[in-house]
Amino acid sequence: MGWYILKRLLQAIPLLLGIITVTFFIVRLAPGDPMDIYLEEDRGQIDPQAIELLRQKYGLDQPIHIQYVKWVANVARGDLGESFRYRRPVSQLLAEAIPYTLQLTILAVVLDALIGITLGIISAVKQYSVLDKIVTLGSLVIYAIPGFWLALMLVLVFSVNLGWFPTSQTRSMDYGFLSFSGKVLDRLWHLVLPVFVLGVASAASTARYMRNRLLEVLNEEYVLSARARGFRERVVILNHALRNALIPIITIYGMKLPFLLGGAAIIESIFAWPGMGRLAVEAVSGRDYPLLMATITMGAVMTVFGNLLADLTYVWVDPRVSYEGKKQR
Amino acid sequence: MRERNSDNHSSVLRLSLIPGLGHLVLGERRRGVHLLAFAMICVLILTSTWERFLEAFQGSAIDHWIASLFLVACLLSLSTFSVRDVRRLVTLGDERVQSKSPLRIALRRFQANRLAVWSLYVIGALYFIAILTPLLTPYDPSAIEDVLETRYLAPSTAHLFGTDEFGRDLFSRAMYGARVSLSIGLLAMLIAKLVGTTYGSIAAYFGGVVDNVLMRIVDVIIAFPTFFLMLMLVGVFEANLVVLVLILGLTSWPGTARFIRGEILSLKEQEFTESARAIGLPAHLIIVRHLIPSALSPVLVSAALAVAGMIGAEAGLSFLGLGIRPPTPSWGNMVSAGSDALLVAWWVAFFPGALLTITLIAFSLFADGIRDALDPKALMQRFV
Repeated sequence: MGWYILKRLLQAIPLLLGIITVTFFIVRLAPGDPMDIYLEEDRGQIDPQAIELLRQKYGLDQPIHIQYVKWVANVARGDLGESFRYRRPVSQLLAEAIPYTLQLTILAVVLDALIGITLGIISAVKQYSVLDKIVTLGSLVIYAIPGFWLALMLVLVFSVNLGWFPTSQTRSMDYGFLSFSGKVLDRLWHLVLPVFVLGVASAASTARYMRNRLLEVLNEEYVLSARARGFRERVVILNHALRNALIPIITIYGMKLPFLLGGAAIIESIFAWPGMGRLAVEAVSGRDYPLLMATITMGAVMTVFGNLLADLTYVWVDPRVSYEGKKQR
Repeated sequence: MRERNSDNHSSVLRLSLIPGLGHLVLGERRRGVHLLAFAMICVLILTSTWERFLEAFQGSAIDHWIASLFLVACLLSLSTFSVRDVRRLVTLGDERVQSKSPLRIALRRFQANRLAVWSLYVIGALYFIAILTPLLTPYDPSAIEDVLETRYLAPSTAHLFGTDEFGRDLFSRAMYGARVSLSIGLLAMLIAKLVGTTYGSIAAYFGGVVDNVLMRIVDVIIAFPTFFLMLMLVGVFEANLVVLVLILGLTSWPGTARFIRGEILSLKEQEFTESARAIGLPAHLIIVRHLIPSALSPVLVSAALAVAGMIGAEAGLSFLGLGIRPPTPSWGNMVSAGSDALLVAWWVAFFPGALLTITLIAFSLFADGIRDALDPKALMQRFV
């Protein structure tokens, strides 16, 4: 297993290099260099010499291939450059933001798994029942609702009208005066709406997928043989069928990560959540290219490692897939 | 037989110039009612907007002109279709055979799915209204009058969806927003599917090094969260409508490319390919005539989902203020404007978002219907 992990990590290196390259060249495709665009609105008010100095400071006066090599080398060393706007190293900004995004996405995945897998199982076991129909149709509908609109409507109903949940931010004004348990509760309180919006759409797709997987597995011969041997239906479903149906779900969670990160960009902006997604949106609207390049790269890197993790778990959980077998495919 | 036909033939045909009447006489109730209803709607719109309809031909904006022409074209093609279909029914007479081609079977299965059929109606109606927008809007979408008097009026019969902060009629704006959102969704989907299919089949056709290089590029692009990639591109390029369509389309093709490549590689091993090769068909023709068509039906399903995805992404970007910029209305930026006024005027954010939601739901139910119709065993929704 150790060798296999190492091999997969080594295989990820060209992919990471590709990601860094794509981010660099997309930003450089833009007409004019980043500094010009950043300062576009103030043009004429700034001394051209000062702009030239800034350009030198950020290394933008060098030929593009040298800039590229430097960018790759710097990223490899963990130096993501300095934000135009915040005048701080981007890696610091990201280090502050990523925990907030992880809070959101991890809790959303937990919520997704709880609701999605449960509903999926129920509707597969009771196929063609009223409940099954509600779940299948409901999951399609909920999956289709745009997150930002759902978020606004929930804020309107539950925060503005009913006053049950805060409208935005990660904590209350009086956070500093709360006891420890009060602080934890306060944080959770602020997480309810954003996590719900992010998790419920993804739960809808899980439920659908889970249902279909389980229905497929229930047709397998080992399920038939378990039934023939006289196990109770509960045992057949939970011990024999469900375990096998759950394995491919792992891959689905690996695939979901990019969607969750993309969704987080919008949700974080609505709830004034200081995470990575909001940082990316701010970087776009502020034309802060070093920050933009870094957050996008980071998003892709996280996706790569998320998928890697899902793959490794898959190999670990499913004895039918050996590392060698996986290699051949 | 023949005598009976010639008796009724011409009179029925003449009758069916009014769409649907011919069908009704022949006892084809369902199709007849549909055709008649659609024609009635067109005529109703034509008569109630007669003055604006005429304006179009006195040199006004091009979309106005298109709308009027479209309305006329609708009526004409309804009549033509009706006559042709009746002629088909009459000449075939009792010998009408229930054909069982795969397409027909799929069509019948689709029609049995009532939700899918209704969602198709909704989608059709949305596009129909979107094209006719210049004729139908009750107000000018960008007209600003006495703002103090007209700002944030609640929904009423005068303003169905209320008014926004500049006192503009939200119903009219939502209709113009539909044009933007729906056309962007369709065009971006077409770009993504075309690029993806071409790219995937090139990779599968050449194989070897080319395939390897092309697919590694796909790996890299897929590694990015798509929405992040779009964010980066709208940050770099000034996003107007055309650029936005390109950005949405050109970030969303790799899934299709990967899928098509896999599909073609597996179809390549099947017997019908072998037989095509055996009769000496050149490889590129095998791909274009045999392999791509066989791989296309899942792409069709994902195309319907992709339109929804594109509309959603456009709305998301516009909501963040990075897509379509005001004053051009799009559902996304209308909701965004409404989010600032959530406390005073809930309707500003509610209605455009609700329309967006209905559209997205319709597309996903429609896609679901095609999936079931084409392949009852197709299981999961694809993340393509």
